[in-house]
Amino acid sequence: MANTILHKAETRGHANHGWLNSYHSFSFGSYYNPERMNFGALRVLNDDTVDAGMGFGKHPHDNMEIISIPLEGDLEHKDSMNNVAVIKNGDIQAMSAGTGIYHSEYNNDRDKRVKFLQIWVYPDKKNVEPRYDQITLNLEDRHNKLQQILSPNAGDEGVWIHQNAWFHLGKFDKGVNTEYALKAKGNGVYVFVLSGDVKVNDQLLHTRDGFGIWDTDQFTITADTDAEFLLMEVPMVV
Amino acid sequence: MSKIEILVIGRHPEILETVVRLVNTNAEWNAIGAGTDEEAIALFDTLDFKLVLLGGGIEKQSEEILCAAFKAKNPDIIIVQHYGGGSGLLAAEIHEALC
Repeated sequence: MANTILHKAETRGHANHGWLNSYHSFSFGSYYNPERMNFGALRVLNDDTVDAGMGFGKHPHDNMEIISIPLEGDLEHKDSMNNVAVIKNGDIQAMSAGTGIYHSEYNNDRDKRVKFLQIWVYPDKKNVEPRYDQITLNLEDRHNKLQQILSPNAGDEGVWIHQNAWFHLGKFDKGVNTEYALKAKGNGVYVFVLSGDVKVNDQLLHTRDGFGIWDTDQFTITADTDAEFLLMEVPMVV
Repeated sequence: MSKIEILVIGRHPEILETVVRLVNTNAEWNAIGAGTDEEAIALFDTLDFKLVLLGGGIEKQSEEILCAAFKAKNPDIIIVQHYGGGSGLLAAEIHEALC
């Protein structure tokens, strides 16, 4: 029988720095909750809103797979590998920090906020060569079906990272359902509802709720309303 | 009340400096950084460290040598991997290790 854990949206950690309003699904920065450290290899899920023209100045990372998904607005990315890029709503960015990189992420707009998800996944290999990738997704590919946006495989759909993980986005009309079959034994899936109401098996979830499910081969996801959601399949043992 | 001494080891000088600075923003912690194995092992004798944070870039062989050296001198030393390289996970890692 599947094991599950529910993280209601309002139970997330919260940090408001003025220019940055951030909700943390797992312990991050000054938010420390020993009950909310990670979901398997999924270590950080931050729901960030950044004011117009503001952002994260140059700062370092190492040994982490860092994924950014703009939900509204655009981000300007720069890094120590000389990548300069704008990540738009509809894009996904993946960075393998490996032996160490610096990067900055700024709201590319001067007159509106940017909302994005910042997701960190433990790598399955330490000290890899740092790398950066960014792709534009076809929004239609997630309408009433699951769109793979991330995998462990360079030749597969979406971006790839150094971890046995698969991410999917879905934008479902009310009443639409699908089965999700896990791709690797020992993995679990963290469901994050971006908008609307969905049911995972019998569990009803609302906007920005998180729900982890593991020790199962598959589950059903049903849109109770028009809904958008992110499925993050990751190894449960890090 | 004396501070908890934390030894931070990492190969990337600027990341190491950042992590040490961040740890030291907590009034209860005192961090010192080491970029090489030799420096780390020498420093380990100078203070009563409670925790060693291993940062990025440390080779597996070095990690084994360091852990063996530290455990030989203090079997109770807590050694943890610091992930991320910045501030995001640092406080939680230290709290988890010390509790």
